[in-house]
Amino acid sequence: MTRTVDRFLEAQRVGVEFTTRGGSVARALDGIDLSVGRGEIVALVGESGSGKTTLARTLIGLEPPTSGEVLVDGAPMDHSLRGLRALRRRVQMVLQDAAGALNPRQTVYESVAEGVRLHRLARSTGRSETEIVAQALSDAGLRPPERLFLRYPHELSGGQRQRVLIAGALALSPELLIADEPVSSLDASIRGELLALLLRLREELGLGVLVVTHDLGLAWNIADRIAVMYLGRIVEQGSTEQVLESPRHPYTRALLSVVPEIDRLEPVVLTGEIPDPTRIPDGCRFHPRCPCLLDGSSAAAGVDGDCRSTPLEILPAAPGHLVACHLDAKLHGSTAPGAGLFTDS
Amino acid sequence: MGELLELRELTVSYRTSEGPLTAVRGVDLVVRSGEIVGVAGESGCGKSTLASTVLRLQPKDAAVTGEALVDGADVLTMGWGDLRAVRWAEASIVFQGALHSLNPVQRVFDQIAEPIRLHEPRVTTQELEQRVGQLLEQVGLPRARSRAYPHQLSGGQRQRVMIAMALACRPRLIVADEPTTALDVMVQAQILDLLQGLVRDLGLGMVLISHDLSVLADVCDRVVVMYAGRVVEVGPADELFADPLHPYARALSGAFPRIGDPAARYAPSGLGGDPPDPRWLPQGCSFAPRCPHAVDACRAEEPPLIDFGGGRAAACIRVEETR
Repeated sequence: MTRTVDRFLEAQRVGVEFTTRGGSVARALDGIDLSVGRGEIVALVGESGSGKTTLARTLIGLEPPTSGEVLVDGAPMDHSLRGLRALRRRVQMVLQDAAGALNPRQTVYESVAEGVRLHRLARSTGRSETEIVAQALSDAGLRPPERLFLRYPHELSGGQRQRVLIAGALALSPELLIADEPVSSLDASIRGELLALLLRLREELGLGVLVVTHDLGLAWNIADRIAVMYLGRIVEQGSTEQVLESPRHPYTRALLSVVPEIDRLEPVVLTGEIPDPTRIPDGCRFHPRCPCLLDGSSAAAGVDGDCRSTPLEILPAAPGHLVACHLDAKLHGSTAPGAGLFTDS
Repeated sequence: MGELLELRELTVSYRTSEGPLTAVRGVDLVVRSGEIVGVAGESGCGKSTLASTVLRLQPKDAAVTGEALVDGADVLTMGWGDLRAVRWAEASIVFQGALHSLNPVQRVFDQIAEPIRLHEPRVTTQELEQRVGQLLEQVGLPRARSRAYPHQLSGGQRQRVMIAMALACRPRLIVADEPTTALDVMVQAQILDLLQGLVRDLGLGMVLISHDLSVLADVCDRVVVMYAGRVVEVGPADELFADPLHPYARALSGAFPRIGDPAARYAPSGLGGDPPDPRWLPQGCSFAPRCPHAVDACRAEEPPLIDFGGGRAAACIRVEETR
């Protein structure tokens, strides 16, 4: 059997639990299977509280899983200091708030050179530090790089700051970038430029990107695949076209329907917010907010009992369009995308 | 129908160590009852300065010219007594970042009750309980949440509390400055639904400020696009989003792709460069340095807002050629 993408980073049944101050256990991640291939751009989408940021932190070793494991290039992630240090050269994270993530008293050069020094890259690569920093800035689209060396973060625009952060990551020549909401704090006109940069880095450097976002338009712009998270689980995954053009999970459909300017969908505004992970609902974890259960389509298909009491399987990290939904499983094979959600226009 | 808000040639400049900074340059804007008017633009374009000037909340050293009429009375020149009556009771603001705008050590009840107490000193505790309870229900929160502290609320709930506060003294005009910016899509949809419902049911007028043109297109009647302190395009929301006239409005509209549009797949649309520093505005059209269609004439003189009929206008001399 041939695999279409080789799995560079892979989560296998990853669970992360926290004990809250009250002593109850929060299952922030409750069995995640996810893979990101070399040079692949995967979008992890969901609301806040879905666990997407915890998953991103687990995938770069900041959060050790309480169950399951993370494989890097097929080998289990080494959580020792030395192991994590080696991992940082291969997987880098770019945080969302560039203004907060950069040290205001450090010049652009110092910010980018920090990682280069920590990993003694000048020695191991035989290139000078200045050369590595200049190359990274230039790869991040800051040209000519020398002009920015001595600038401080407050002298830069929001878009430039975000590029400096990306340059800091690129300086280590990683194989994968994990970007947490890379454009959410940026102005609309700069957003497109930064997304184009991520695509160009994949093209030119073969860089893979796991982008954590709640912005489905961003996913449509750059992602090859999408995984939709809800309350610590992936509830739907597939190619970007599959997930966004023929969404099958009622949660994905609701998320899509509230994106402004999607007029082919009747807006399904879910009430309430994601429940707290110390109290994961029985059965399907989405059932208390599920519009299909509410409007009777689950009952009509005879699955409402299952929705309320039968837990769903963990979706495997396999290719294809996969959905964790009792109703979808019942209707599977039919192309009808579920009752009451689509309206033809 | 009377105008709830009318800005005429509003100009606001700040003094900085490097010379004057004109944040808002000659803005005209009208909001009527039952209407949501959107203001779109990037950070630094002057939209938040505009919001605070409506209630004369701009910094003391700001120099303001023009008029800001709330229900016909000019907020910029009225006495303090009148101004206090206008704030909260005639017009109120919902600021962005509810987390930072709420007092962390005060219960929700006291925060919503405070403006009512100030404006109606003779209100009884019983009436207050009643009013706050109603306000919470109006914004979709259970009455019991009045006992909560802000940290016990989610982001969406905090934003609802902010909206309840803004409604506390029954104003007719609400200025909402990026009310959904830090929120998730689903919560954003809930808050926008709530705001639209309030405008419809209470006959309010609303100014909705956002950097996200697609949000404005969805909920507003009319939209004003600002760039470098000026209005560069105005028009009915859906038309402006679907067929923008000004190249900057076009870039904003393209920044949020239509999902399913094959042209946007692996092709995010962006605009090079950054907005100009308002202290050093370029000669002529301030968008010209980033504009793909700029010609010499654009750099010679700042274009006026040109009327294109049907309530549409754009400050661009090349609309016909580039459309």
